[in-house]
Amino acid sequence: MPGSTRAFITNNLRAPILFRPGSALDFISSRPLGGAGAIIIVLMIAAALLANFFAPYDPLANNYGAMFEAPGVHHWLGTDSFGRDVLSRILYGSRTALWVGFCSSLFGTSIGALIGVSCAYFGGKADLFMQRLMDILLSFPLIVLALVVVAVSGSGLWNVILAITIPMIPRAALVVRSSALALRQMLFVEAALTLGSSHWRVISRHMLPNVMAPYLIMLTAFLGQAILLEASLSFLGLGVAEPTAAWGLMLRGAAVEFAERAPWMALFPGLAISLAVFAFNVFGDSLRDALDPKLRLP
Amino acid sequence: MVISIKAIMSRGFILSLLAIGAPAVLPAAEAPRPGGELVFAVGEIPPSFDGHRETTFGMLHPIAPHYSTLLRFDPQNYPKIVGDVAETWSFSRDGLTLTVKIRKGIKFHDGTPLTAHDVKATYDKIIFPPEGVASARKALYSMVDKVEAPDDLTVVFKLKHIAASFLANLASPWNFIYSAERLKKDPRWYEKNVMGSGPFIFVEHVAGSHWVGKKNPAYFMPGRPYLDGFRAIFIRDTAPRVAAVRSGQAVVEFRGFNPAARDDIVKTLGNKAVVQESPWACNILVTLNNEKKPFSDARVRRALTLAIDRNEASKALAQISVMKYIGGVFRPGSEFATPPAELIKLPGFGKDINAARNEAKRLLKEAGVPEGFSFVLKNRNVKEPYEVSGVYLVDQWRKIGLNVTHTPLEGGPYFNDLRQGNFDAGVDFDCEFMDEPDLYLLKYLSSEASPVNYARYKDATLDELYERQSRMLDVKDRLPLIRQMERRAIGEQAYQFPLLWWQRIVPHSSRLKGWKIGPSHYVNQDLRDVWLAP
Repeated sequence: MPGSTRAFITNNLRAPILFRPGSALDFISSRPLGGAGAIIIVLMIAAALLANFFAPYDPLANNYGAMFEAPGVHHWLGTDSFGRDVLSRILYGSRTALWVGFCSSLFGTSIGALIGVSCAYFGGKADLFMQRLMDILLSFPLIVLALVVVAVSGSGLWNVILAITIPMIPRAALVVRSSALALRQMLFVEAALTLGSSHWRVISRHMLPNVMAPYLIMLTAFLGQAILLEASLSFLGLGVAEPTAAWGLMLRGAAVEFAERAPWMALFPGLAISLAVFAFNVFGDSLRDALDPKLRLP
Repeated sequence: MVISIKAIMSRGFILSLLAIGAPAVLPAAEAPRPGGELVFAVGEIPPSFDGHRETTFGMLHPIAPHYSTLLRFDPQNYPKIVGDVAETWSFSRDGLTLTVKIRKGIKFHDGTPLTAHDVKATYDKIIFPPEGVASARKALYSMVDKVEAPDDLTVVFKLKHIAASFLANLASPWNFIYSAERLKKDPRWYEKNVMGSGPFIFVEHVAGSHWVGKKNPAYFMPGRPYLDGFRAIFIRDTAPRVAAVRSGQAVVEFRGFNPAARDDIVKTLGNKAVVQESPWACNILVTLNNEKKPFSDARVRRALTLAIDRNEASKALAQISVMKYIGGVFRPGSEFATPPAELIKLPGFGKDINAARNEAKRLLKEAGVPEGFSFVLKNRNVKEPYEVSGVYLVDQWRKIGLNVTHTPLEGGPYFNDLRQGNFDAGVDFDCEFMDEPDLYLLKYLSSEASPVNYARYKDATLDELYERQSRMLDVKDRLPLIRQMERRAIGEQAYQFPLLWWQRIVPHSSRLKGWKIGPSHYVNQDLRDVWLAP
């Protein structure tokens, strides 16, 4: 093998960098924006897990002696119309955001991946039918479909997760199917079938692991969308209910009503949402760049 | 029990007789100016168009201008009762027969004459609804034996017994007069259609968007209405509704805003804003499912009301919502209101909240309710003042070690759950069109006797007290029974209990004239006296 070819393969067609030791540092140094996103995500996760320690106040405790208090020494980000500490509610709110985000993107992407791979594997009328069904679901904007699901199932944490999961399924299914179509023609799939493997075994053991790259990219990209969607649903009064600490909910109602008197009530939760969505988006983009060999070709 | 004719006549009957047919008196300084379209905002959508079955202002505000009622409250001299389609009325000497004479020449919007037969059909539907037809206030007319229409202009109400609230109930703003012919063909026709004899004719309804009415040129009162028409725009959220009034898109929102919204509107409109305020005949009522454990135990219910710091609530929540006054079953300031000295004796209405919460914890322990016990508080997903109340209650109950999940629902599913007993605790309300014990106490009768009591209990003592006070016409005779009923319902048994009473605040454009605020947002909504300044 000529030296230049070997170098090309070494540099460009190596295994995805995230799966190598020390890859996190490589990732941050080679993609600083994605690295910044990753750091914010890690901080968010830490804030969510350790909210009990970091939060200066109980996020649900009303304090009518401190209603609409401006940011200051006692309340770094101020208080809301019930005298609740905004910082504490943002920290606890990251739990809601991440829980809804992780659950819905995990369920949506996983179910979508399974449908996509199955469609690619079986092909024929089943594939045709499923693709038209996915087309119908895709024709609805994300928020509209989520609103329909919440309107039918009602509000509440798990219904919100369901509402966000359903619109994500067809999006994941389409992307994964296109990757899996090529896999279906691979010799190792033919070999597995020839050896008598069941359909489920071929799909689960041979095809699904080989679509992990697009799966992971979508998982991170959908996380940002899911957080935004949860905030949107809560803002519209269809997500989680007061007094739960949730970013979208903090933007709703009193924050709008008292926007002039206490702008911090809307400002800081809004910043938290923007930062989280930004972090997941740039991290997802960088992850796609890192995992997609085609994007690394000169 | 002896009831004198003097007593019958003392309960506002004389006032109302003197006021028969008197039109509302408007300030002489400002001559009404005809013309223009009134645009107003409504924060709720009408579930149906039938006033007899609905209980929300979302139906009443856009639809009341299309209908007449038998009697009405004089908006300029509330709660004086005057005639609407009724010209005169008189009781028999024994007080058991009311004869009402109908005005001549009143026509429905389709051109057919409105007669006593239409009034009879209307009240038959309200008092004796056919199977499958809902009548929300049927129980208020239990004293009526039958309604007769001996001729086209005479309606006769035969009563089983004397009832203090009967005449006021005939002035109920919900009792739209319907066409007998339409009701005969389909008793539910009015749920989806509009055809009355009121000052405005129905033009258009776009669901969730707006409702339009135009002037009825054949309205029976000469020169009314002043307006050419009206347009009600439906805006559910408070912030855009405030913005609509602030920007001039709407002239007014008749139900009312909180103090912050009032200040916002006044700040923007300056001297073009007018603010009318009044104590409101509405409260937030905490309803418990008395059939469910542990709420079937009076100790637990008392603990729940003891835990609420109403003194703090009246100061704090008044800044962010319409809730303001501490009161018992009756509107504070009204003639039936609980005297302060008696009120503080009721659990949860005292001055020492720490002692009350310690007592609450003791009661819970005694009843075997464990620390951290969880239950669900169902609520309407209407921010003002329901969600505010929900957040407050959750916080108060956490302070005695209870873990409460707040679940706001759309109006339909919420009331459905309450009616079917599918709840632990609920944020209910009690809004009435006048300060009349029969109206407020109806909420506290045994659930099977009261369609508006969702607390699911049976209490023969309360039912008996209600009946006794209802048949007394002298306030002095009624008060001891009323107090006894109140002590039992929200004190000893604490089946359900008020959180706070509301303050009605209506900031509007100075262009709106001829409309006067009252303690009820149900009254004075037919718009016949309203006019617009240039």
